Amino acid sequence: MMPVVLWTDALVFLLIACAAGAGFYVGRREYLLASWRRVGESRAGMAALTVLLAFVAVGLLDSLHYRPRLDVAAGKPGGGYSTEVRSALDALLLPLKAATEKTYSAPLATHLYAKETVELPDGSQARLFPRLKHGGAHLQDAEAKWGRDVALRVLRGLALAVLCGLTFAALAAQLAARHWGIGRLAAWRRIRRGETRIAWNAVLATLAVLLLIAGPVASLAGGYHVFGTDKVGQDVLYLTLKSIRTGLVIGTITTLAMLPFAVALGIAAGYLGGWVDDVIQYIYTTLNSIPGVLLIAAAVLMVQVAIDTHPDWFATGAQRADARLLALCLILGVTSWTGLCRLLRAETLKLRELEYVQAAQAFGASAIRVMGRHILPNVMHIVLIAVVMDFSGLVLAEAVLSYIGIGVDPSTISFGTMINTARLELAREPVVWWSLLAAFVFMFVLVLAANLFADAVRDAFDPRLAGRRAALREKTA
Amino acid sequence: MSLLRVESLRTFIDSADGTLRAVDDVSFDVSSGETFALLGESGCGKSMTALSLMRLLPDAGRIAGGRVLLDGCDLLALTEAEMRQVRGRDLAMIFQEPSTSLNPVLSVGRQIGEVLSRHTPLRGDAAKRRAVELLDAVGIPDAPRRLEEFPFQFSGGMKQRVMIAMALAGDPRLLIADEPTTALDVTIQAQVLELLGDLQRSRGMGMLLITHDLGIVGQLAQRVGVMYAGQLVEVAERRAFFERPRHPYSQKLFAALPRPARRGAGLETIPGSVPSLAASFAGCRFAERCAHAWARCRSEPPSWHGTDAGHGVRCHLYAPGAAPVDRAGAALPATPERDDRQPVPAPLLEASGLKVHFPIRRGLFKRTVGQVRAVDGVSLGLTSGRTLALVGESGCGKTTAGKAILQLIRPTAGSVRFGGEELTALGGERLRRLRGQMQIVFQDPYASLDPRMRVGDIIEEGMGALKAGAAAAERERRTVGLLERVGLSGEMRGRYPHEFSGGQRQRIAIARALAVEPRLLVCDEPTSALDVSVQAQILNLLRELQASLGLAYLFITHNIAVVEYLAHEVAVMYLGRIVERGSAAEVLGDPKHPYTEALLSAVPRLDAQGQRPLIVLRSDLPSPANPPSGCHFHPRCPRAMPQCARDYPTETRLDDTRRVRCLLYG
Repeated sequence: MMPVVLWTDALVFLLIACAAGAGFYVGRREYLLASWRRVGESRAGMAALTVLLAFVAVGLLDSLHYRPRLDVAAGKPGGGYSTEVRSALDALLLPLKAATEKTYSAPLATHLYAKETVELPDGSQARLFPRLKHGGAHLQDAEAKWGRDVALRVLRGLALAVLCGLTFAALAAQLAARHWGIGRLAAWRRIRRGETRIAWNAVLATLAVLLLIAGPVASLAGGYHVFGTDKVGQDVLYLTLKSIRTGLVIGTITTLAMLPFAVALGIAAGYLGGWVDDVIQYIYTTLNSIPGVLLIAAAVLMVQVAIDTHPDWFATGAQRADARLLALCLILGVTSWTGLCRLLRAETLKLRELEYVQAAQAFGASAIRVMGRHILPNVMHIVLIAVVMDFSGLVLAEAVLSYIGIGVDPSTISFGTMINTARLELAREPVVWWSLLAAFVFMFVLVLAANLFADAVRDAFDPRLAGRRAALREKTA
Repeated sequence: MSLLRVESLRTFIDSADGTLRAVDDVSFDVSSGETFALLGESGCGKSMTALSLMRLLPDAGRIAGGRVLLDGCDLLALTEAEMRQVRGRDLAMIFQEPSTSLNPVLSVGRQIGEVLSRHTPLRGDAAKRRAVELLDAVGIPDAPRRLEEFPFQFSGGMKQRVMIAMALAGDPRLLIADEPTTALDVTIQAQVLELLGDLQRSRGMGMLLITHDLGIVGQLAQRVGVMYAGQLVEVAERRAFFERPRHPYSQKLFAALPRPARRGAGLETIPGSVPSLAASFAGCRFAERCAHAWARCRSEPPSWHGTDAGHGVRCHLYAPGAAPVDRAGAALPATPERDDRQPVPAPLLEASGLKVHFPIRRGLFKRTVGQVRAVDGVSLGLTSGRTLALVGESGCGKTTAGKAILQLIRPTAGSVRFGGEELTALGGERLRRLRGQMQIVFQDPYASLDPRMRVGDIIEEGMGALKAGAAAAERERRTVGLLERVGLSGEMRGRYPHEFSGGQRQRIAIARALAVEPRLLVCDEPTSALDVSVQAQILNLLRELQASLGLAYLFITHNIAVVEYLAHEVAVMYLGRIVERGSAAEVLGDPKHPYTEALLSAVPRLDAQGQRPLIVLRSDLPSPANPPSGCHFHPRCPRAMPQCARDYPTETRLDDTRRVRCLLYG
């Protein structure tokens, strides 16, 4: 196989490198570490973080792309590579991806959702719901055995989940016991009662819930389409899992594209003042007064035309779709920096008058140096809060934009495209409800987790809450 | 029977560091018609005591025990609804910061009316008449018109008067004044203190005065309670207290005050700082800082020892059978002062005709419609090893003048010559090189250090910005040297500013300025945010540094006591101009300009003999955007003549060093 690094993959890895670097930086600075510890103390925050990390893990697996080698027998001498780009997640979910049906089937169904004229063994024809090629195909007598089989698989999944959960718990207790130098049972008791600085009990509880859901689903997915299939017979569970990466990419890379504008322009406007401030203010006031959707639609259509007229730019369809995804991120980034920029300008205006900034000026420090060494570190908490809070908004924005047709490439699987197709499915009779529901549930959990985490981060970093926090902790203690 | 009786009041505050025992077993009485002053440094629990009486504690605070009896009625036993009746009617409070204690969107009349309708049966016209009376009573002229005005139309002193009027609206029997004049200028402070004294006498109110200023205590209080670390350590009649303070802490407070008699000698300091109230104390809370402490002080908390006539002390020294102690600690040896009359070398700094005008822009195209003349023609000179104090009220342009001299604000006109070079003509790289020779120390040690940088990085910043060449090891060695020089230890360079107290931070700020080996240090109110004992430490440090390094100080301040102690020369500024300058002894001992006279008379003195008769200035400082015609001071001047309104007086040389701008001497 040949590894393929799509542009968004590269940026995702860059982001992870940045996050690791930031982690190292924070680890060496006590005052930053203290704020992050407060995030760690928040139960809701840590539970949300666990869910987010589960999503991120799926997204990362889906960011390791490669082109599989074609079978030598079928190919030319020396072998070739398929034009289809797969990811590690695809490889894991290959049975799901390959198990396509003819058209719609309901969750856990054994028969198609639409009647078809089939030829019976005796040569006659009849209109009935035909058996699925994959879903429940292992059952001889679907009607009689279905219930028993599903229950068995659920139980097996649960057992697996409990096993995994216990292993995790034992591992956690073992590590904690080593850390504190006490017995494993005592360590476990401390974790369970929340007598740890970081809310490990919330993490483990969330993990347990995730396992209890994932176990049966995984077990059922071996023989059924857990969330049914869509119009062309693709497994909806597979589609939703693939959508996660799109959502995460939009949420994070857009931020990456937006930050340089927001931070540089915001600080420059606030610190330098004068005509620089005027120019930057005019730019963002103008940008803000144009309806965002209009601007995005125009830019996306331009990019689309450019891509369509130059098919030779891209070796594979996946690369083309990826280019469009990246373009969407950049466009969203360019149109959404104004809010943060305004916040940073206001904060810089305040900081500029502080005496330590004037002391630096008295040393003859240049404007760049003052902005980099004194202003930037002191506005980072605002940047961080804004980034985490924007994330969920961007995931939702993608869904809306794809729904009105100016989002990602139609071949890219995303929550938006799933919801867009669900529009027609809800209009048909009988209603196909499962694609919409699956997309909704996954997106809801992702956005809720992001919001809860953002709240925890804001509470931990907002200096205005510092006093109240202490009081609250005392009261609850 | 006393009006207010506080019995072993204890107030705890829950915080991240544990429970702070902010008020721990405090008992005192206040009678009708009496002013009781609570005195102490910041963090000693004075304000918490007052808030406990009002039951207005912050969320994290709670009253853990004790009784507060107002006319025999226990306030702590009342329900919140009953307590609301008491607040404003029986007990009223004035806060420190008048600009934030009034609601900016309601007219003053509405805010006073609110109190009246809550606590009196007066409504409508009757309430309005009463409000006018109240404003009259606190000395606000043209009361009926001003009733309709909003807080932003009042100056700071006037706002504090409005606050007092609001406090009086419910006709309280006890008035709590929490640092009522700390945010005000000396001349305004004198007006407000006089007003408070008059009101209290004429109404026979009890007053609980909270302050850190011994001068204010001397002027207003009948009895004094000294607080330290959440406890009352001494209670006495004012006269007895000022003549003979008993507790070592009280004695130190007096000794740490800068005054002219101690010129040239080091000030007495109290080592260390107020202990954290989260700790539990085994012995006396002051033991760590006390010169008289012995073993018993560290193991056993002292109990209350009443001596003569209402004088009580919490100290083992006064336990029956303990050896009596003399009043003051050993006097510090006076270092001989350099001769004031040695031949004057060429001036290091010479500013002439310095002007800083800020344009006022209005309208769509930001047309300039006027000028704020913050500094309007300031001339001064300063030689190495000397201190020039620039004195004046807030808003007179002294800080702006200091920054314009350093070229932190570019002057509009005039010249600044530093070591023979004309700074106003310099720019870019040449100015940057000279920046190392002139540095600034700011007022607020909490805002002047970047909270995200370590102390070592803060000090090295200047070296990095000015001499990029020096090696890292060399810089580190110098940082350690500087920290030790200002009385900190070298290993502190890895810590962050929030781990230090106010005084230590100010030392770090001084070390940062010294890092680039300056010849001129502009000190912009370097001690006004600090407690008396810490102020003494910083003043001692500045004096030592001047003696050993030959630094020139431009000392910007409104604190006359500090000027008397430290300055060689004094320049008095009023509305952007210097109205009088000369040597410290001349200007402070025999002021010529009426403004200087008024300023000096407004400073509260400890000893009644030294107190000049107070010259109360009419109104407040005019706006520098629209200064009065003629002499800027004539609308407030008690000795104004008709021609003062026409001509601005030219500078009159009285002798070699002495200059004054006043038509009286023209």
